[in-house]
This record gives sequence, structure tokens and C-alpha cells, in this order.
Amino acid sequence: MARMKFLCDADRCIECNACVTACKNENEVPWGINRRRVVTINDGKPGERSVSMACMHCSDAPCASVCPVTCIFSTDDGVVLHSKDLCIGCGYCFYACPFGAPQYPKVGNFGSRGKMDKCTFCAGGGGAEVPGSAEEFKKYGSNRLLQGKLPLCAEMCSTKSLLAGDGEVIAQIYRERVSARGYGSGAWGWMTAYREDIAV
Amino acid sequence: MKKLPIRTRLILGAVATAGFIAITAPACAQHQDSIVNPEANVVSEQTLLRQAPRIEGQIDQPNERERVLIQPAGRLWDHFHEVTLHRFGAIVIVGMLAVLAGGYFVIGRLRITAGRSGRTLLRFTAFERFAHWLTAVSFVILAISGLNITFGKLLLLPLVGNEAFSAFSQAAKYAHNYVSFSFVVGLTLIAVIFVKDNIPDRIDIEWLKRGGGFIRSRHAPARRFNAGEKLVFWGALAAGIALSVSGYLLLFPFYVTNIAGMQIAQVIHSLVAVLFVALILAHIYIGTLGMEGAFEAMGTGEVDFNWAREHHDLWFEEQLAKTEVARRQLSGPIAPE
Repeated sequence: MARMKFLCDADRCIECNACVTACKNENEVPWGINRRRVVTINDGKPGERSVSMACMHCSDAPCASVCPVTCIFSTDDGVVLHSKDLCIGCGYCFYACPFGAPQYPKVGNFGSRGKMDKCTFCAGGGGAEVPGSAEEFKKYGSNRLLQGKLPLCAEMCSTKSLLAGDGEVIAQIYRERVSARGYGSGAWGWMTAYREDIAV
Repeated sequence: MKKLPIRTRLILGAVATAGFIAITAPACAQHQDSIVNPEANVVSEQTLLRQAPRIEGQIDQPNERERVLIQPAGRLWDHFHEVTLHRFGAIVIVGMLAVLAGGYFVIGRLRITAGRSGRTLLRFTAFERFAHWLTAVSFVILAISGLNITFGKLLLLPLVGNEAFSAFSQAAKYAHNYVSFSFVVGLTLIAVIFVKDNIPDRIDIEWLKRGGGFIRSRHAPARRFNAGEKLVFWGALAAGIALSVSGYLLLFPFYVTNIAGMQIAQVIHSLVAVLFVALILAHIYIGTLGMEGAFEAMGTGEVDFNWAREHHDLWFEEQLAKTEVARRQLSGPIAPE
């Protein structure tokens, strides 16, 4: 079994936001929901770097741990999915998430949160819907993994900065890059998400 | 320029371009040579995390909250919620229940020693009772729905299954959000109505010294509220304010605070709530099971003369002194009818 992970090579990211657009388009997410975003550190200063960030599909995922209705879980591929049928929109996963991944449509009064939405690694949803069905797509977005494809954000990244796939494979790609070009600013978020860094 | 043939113009342009490149190229080359390490100024995740608990940057979406890139504190909050809070909550609440059960079996129900006189006087007006019960009903709903968010998945979920538990929790979440307003209204009324009778004074020390009425042989003096009741009043007020402020910060996410503030607000909210539940458990016990004649005060509003004399002697005398009819009753002991 593969252990699916994301890796953003910040030395290659050009902050084009195409991953953000690709995600929105592929999954037809509602207005106001951003499953993926590009954050630029030290914007306009020397050494500026941009990192594309979404759900990192953590090992021992804190969102799943704190969920009061236990609707979040990890699949055999290490993809963190959730059931929108069980989600009560309490916001706890957002407090626990180290990457700000959970999103909530604003429904009803106050800052009332609707059912949580987040990156599914383009692997459909964690509900009762048939994988690959129209119902699943409507609720959770695309199920590319079922078709043998990887998340679209990474697949169409123009500089191949954003990598998605088996953790061992993408870590090896990153190692080769770093040794070839002689530098690397690190696998952002890996220590927090997977409790391991990529030793080069 | 108009009169020059096209070919001449092209040549002039080429010469100018070549000249520009010739002048600037060495400068560029020099610039590249000076950079030895392309990573010299580059931000590194671990360095940034050593400087601040959260890495923030700029994003193109008009959404301030998304600017936080990484906040490892999420894992800390997870540990607080799943380990610390579970243990703290279990110890405090089960501990309080154990203390109350122990108190019931050791001391037993505090009876009216002289028996009921059959005569009653008004302890709480209808409006005072309304304020109390508005707060009380709100509190019970808030406490159950709040405990459900933390302990429901351990205690209730295995019994009812995922679907039923989610449906209940969804309803409980909405109840928690809406009932908070009636709780604040009730608590505000209580604070305004009862604050004048809850100012601590010297009698409270005497009351505590004499064992607060739990030691049968020693009478503990009190005005309208004894030191124990004052403790509940100020405890409820302090807890209520802390819970309201932290609760509304969570109810209106990102209106006032950021993610760090919301994590802290949740920690305060849950810890204070657990203590508040324990305090109110004790309050409920002494108001119902623990003491004969106490519940009537908030039930009908009327308490027995002998109950008032035994538990709130100074207040009882004050009340009697107020009416001419009652003053006559002071001359002799009150016989049960």
C-alpha cells in the first residue's frame, strides 16, 4: 500500500496559484471554500518563498483525533477523509489542524459553520456514497485516485513544485533534485504532518 | 528618422541593442558571481518555527485567516483536548459526585431539626425564581450539550451508533449556540438581583468556623445567603463571565480573534465549564437531596419558619421584624401545627 503525501518544493513554486484554480475547478467546490492555497513567506524580500498548502493527510491526524463525532479517518492509502453525513460543523478540526485545511461553508446565524470541507487528495469522500458516483462528486468532489490518477493540483503544476503520491517516491524525487541543484529549503510541513523530514 | 531607409533603421537598432547588451552584460555576470549560496536569504521552516509558533505569509485570496501556513500548536491543542481535558474533566466531575455521595452516606440529609412549623415566609419572589430557573434550565442544556462534545464519543456514541449520535450532537450544537443567550440573560438578572445579599462579611467567617451547618451540634449564623451560597454566587458569576466571553469568541469565529486566540478560548471555555459543572452539581445536591426544606425556596418561594431559623437566623429575624404580625410570633417557640 502506498502512503499518499503532498510535498511542495518551495524552491520551484512560482506562486502562480494554478493548483488553487485546478482544485476549485476539478472538485467544483462551493464559493468561499479554498481547499488549497499558496502562502508566500517574506513577500517581496530577498529569499522569498511560496508554499502551496492544503490538507497534508497527516499521520496520526489531529483533526480525526479531536472530532467529537469521529467522522474523520485515514484510508489504507493514508488519505484523511471524512463523512459529511456525520459532520456537525463544530470547528474543532480547524483548531487542531496545523495547516488550516478544514473549510466551512457559512450557513445560518452568527459565524455558524456548515459541514466541513477539505482536500480529499482527489480521493472522493468518506461517506456512504458509492466511490466515483455523481452523489459522491457533488458532496466531496473528484475521485481521481479511483481512476488511477493523482490529485490534479500536483498533476498540472507547471514547475512540478507540488508533488503528490507515495511518500517514498516523492521524497526520492525531492532528494535527487536537491542533490542535483545543490540546495533545498526543505519539505514544508513534513515534520508537523508526518513527524519525519526528508534527509538529503 | 522618416527619411532613413528601412535597412538603415534596422542597422541602427541592432547597433543600439548590441551596445546595450555589451554595457549591461558584465554587470549581470558580476552580480551572479557574487551569489555563492542561492539559499543564503531563504526562509527555512524550522528557523521560522523557532522564531514564532506560527508561520504566516501573504496569500492572493481575500481571506486573512488563510495566511497562517503552519501552526504545530494544533497538535498541542489536540493533546489538550483528547488527553488533558478528558482526564481533568473525569477527575473533577466524578470526584465531585464521589464527594457528594460520600457526604450523603456520612452526614445524610440535613433535616429541619425542630420539625416543620407549618408556617412559611417568602424567600424568593416569583421574578427571582424566574431568573434562577431561566439560568438553571439554560445551564443544564449547555452542560449536557457541552459535555457531549468532549465525552459523548466515549460514553454515548458506543451506545447509540454513529448516525443517531451525530444527529443528537448536531441538535446539541445548535442548542448550545442558542441557549447561551438565555443563560447570559438569566445570569445577568441573578447578578443584579442578588449581588447586594452576596457581599462577603464577618458573619461568613463565623459560618465557616462553625462548619457551615454540616455539623449538627454547632449552629452556623447567616443572613439571607450564607458563605456557601455566596461562594456559589460568585463562582457562578466568575465562571459565567469567563464562559460567555470565551464562548462568544468561539461562536463568532475570526470576528475578534485569530486561530491562536480561538485555541486559548476553547481551553479556557472547557476547563472553566468542567469546574462550573462540578460547582453546580454541589449546588443541586444541597438544594434537593442534601437538605430538607431547601428546595421549596426556589420551588414555591415559601420556606418553613423553622428551616429559615436554622439556616438563615439573622435573615429570618430581619424578615420577622418587618411585619407587626410576625413580630408577635417571636415571643414563643413555634409549635408544629
